[in-house]
Amino acid sequence: MRTFRFAHTSLGATASSRSIATPRTIERDWVWGDATGRGVRVCVIDSGIAADHPLVGGGVTAYVAEEADGAWVVRPDDAGDVAGHGTACAGVIRSLAPECELVSVRVLAGNLRGNGDALITALEWAVAQRFPLINVSLSSRKEGLKERLHDLADTAFFAGVSLVSSAHNSPVVSYPWRFPSVISVGSHSRTDPEYFELNPDPPVDFFACGINVSVAWPGGSAKVVSGNSFATPHITGLCARVLQRHPEFRTPQLRHVLAAVADNLVRSAQ
Amino acid sequence: MAAPGGLAVDSLSRELLQSVVDVARAIFGAQASSVFLLDVEAYELVFHAVSGQGQRTLLGQRFPAGSGIAGWVVATGEPMLVDDLTHSAAFDRALAESTGYVPQSLLAAPLIQGDRVFGVLEVLDPSPRSRSNLESVDLLALFARQAAAALRIVIERHQLDGVRTSGGLDPDDRASARQLMYSLQRLLDTSV
Amino acid sequence: MDLVMDDVRAAERPRLTWRLYGRSWDEVALAADGEPVTADWAWGGATGSKVRVCVVDSGVEAGHPLLGQIAGAYGVVSRDGGLSVEETDAGDACGHGTACAGIIRRTAPDCEIYSVRVLGERATGTGAMMLAGLRWAIAQNFDVINLSLSTTRVRFTDELRALADEAYFRRTVIVASAHNTPVESYPWRFSSVVSVGSHHDEEQPESFLYNPDPPVEFFALGQNVLLPWLNGGTIRASGNSFATPYMAGVCARILSKHPRMTTFQLKNALYLSAANVNVGIGGPS
Repeated sequence: MRTFRFAHTSLGATASSRSIATPRTIERDWVWGDATGRGVRVCVIDSGIAADHPLVGGGVTAYVAEEADGAWVVRPDDAGDVAGHGTACAGVIRSLAPECELVSVRVLAGNLRGNGDALITALEWAVAQRFPLINVSLSSRKEGLKERLHDLADTAFFAGVSLVSSAHNSPVVSYPWRFPSVISVGSHSRTDPEYFELNPDPPVDFFACGINVSVAWPGGSAKVVSGNSFATPHITGLCARVLQRHPEFRTPQLRHVLAAVADNLVRSAQ
Repeated sequence: MAAPGGLAVDSLSRELLQSVVDVARAIFGAQASSVFLLDVEAYELVFHAVSGQGQRTLLGQRFPAGSGIAGWVVATGEPMLVDDLTHSAAFDRALAESTGYVPQSLLAAPLIQGDRVFGVLEVLDPSPRSRSNLESVDLLALFARQAAAALRIVIERHQLDGVRTSGGLDPDDRASARQLMYSLQRLLDTSV
Repeated sequence: MDLVMDDVRAAERPRLTWRLYGRSWDEVALAADGEPVTADWAWGGATGSKVRVCVVDSGVEAGHPLLGQIAGAYGVVSRDGGLSVEETDAGDACGHGTACAGIIRRTAPDCEIYSVRVLGERATGTGAMMLAGLRWAIAQNFDVINLSLSTTRVRFTDELRALADEAYFRRTVIVASAHNTPVESYPWRFSSVVSVGSHHDEEQPESFLYNPDPPVEFFALGQNVLLPWLNGGTIRASGNSFATPYMAGVCARILSKHPRMTTFQLKNALYLSAANVNVGIGGPS
């Protein structure tokens, strides 16, 4: 077994339930119970999704953000997944929320290189479509994009659109995960897909399965991978379950109930 | 001899300012209304137009722009309404008394060009109950925006006309008209 | 998937106001789902004890009968071509800061109030002063910062945004006034602060509303509010400036009962306890 060392991974710290004030104890049964994400629209901004992969299971609408005649637009796409990354994320989401609807917006090319304008265009579009959940397992280090991404993250927040985004695998400053209104995700090394930790030491909000995760890979196969990219869709999948039961939840409520049922919470009397 | 254009611009600006305060007073059924423009270098507010109480005596009077309610409006670009001023031992008493009129309530909104405040439009003692106080705040702010835009147009026309001086006015009027133009121009060209 | 949303957005008319004119509280009623957060649970019986609140404004008149003593008075001053923050006894330049502090005192009587004066110093733009005062206040780790101010200067936006983010990560909640007119100004527009506008129901001075139509998030009473002013006097005034410190006071009370809440946890508690939000239990229907 290789030892994985990347940034924003769990150090096994506990969090005190005193930091989560609630009028009564919040249980997973109330938060998502047996929900499957049914009817919840989840947008995945990534490299596309191979919809027919058995671990994805169809039900994907696909778009691409691209430049056409000098303008950036979002339009229907039939390229599938050009890199495998988006299919992996989609498979993780469906493993936790099998009945959610998936909408893919492709912004990555085959070399996993994306264009900042494509990311901005895809996010603008997804926020305008009012998807309640957007999975963004990528980030940009470009300072020139920072303010526009921040404005978009705020617009999403006020529109009732929750962004779930992966912390960078290196200890660098990148966006959009670093913004307060974005639910940001790093990795722990456990194997239980429903096990997640509240990070007592932000900016990263939660740690989920991100090390040696078996994920869907184009061609119908599976692959064992590691990275915060793959931890993120675990939280997205759980959020999709929550939203099926609590459709009015916005980012503050989602973040609050997830924190209240995190596995590393040490319960103590108020 | 001055060209007619110069005169037209100067009387136009004075007529505009007077009409701003007259209309503001009428809209609010108020005892008085005034426009102050900011003298950036002295950091003082200068009375440039008055309607109603104090009409004659106030023009050209100055007071510090770093204090008082008008000062707050200049600093923040926000409109505000204050009421029950008679319970305030402090409400710029000296200023109010120098104007010969102590109001019970005061409504003030900024005159804005871009992101710069170049003056304040005030309404004293609006007649009560015509609308809620917050609605009054909003209405005066909207009207001040229009007034500021109109003033800006006058300034631009004046700039197109170059430095021609005004003829036909008596020396005092001419001086005050020039002073107005100068301070407005300086305001609009200087970043505070 | 169709693109109707974009068309709807394009058809929106420019606003004349952020307020709720012409809409009764019933018309903005929201069915919410969540825990049974009530005002009683959130801040009932709390007085703001041990919570440090900083008023970034025109200064404060300490000792005013409606305010009492404050824990510290500071001011932004020009020094050697730059701005620095120093202790000051300069008082209040116009009464506004005293008014805000007085509302906070009335709402959360036992909180510690600090003042940093960012107005009244001539020859320096308000935006730069506000930024310097806010930066200082965030570095002091206050629990609550009341900011009944905003700037329309675009060149300050990025720095303000970074400061608002930093405050969030330090668990300092910034309670910021929405501009009274529908212009773009900051920092109240950022999601990392609690933004406040005015309602005008004087019969409901202790009720606040969650705005179903952001960016302004909450409305508190902002009309004919009784305020301390200069020289021990009082006035009544209207504007978002005076709605904001009420919400700052409520936040102080919540934090004295539930310390360490983040800005988003506070927003969640405020949302669930707002007068127009009816909380159901949620779950499968």
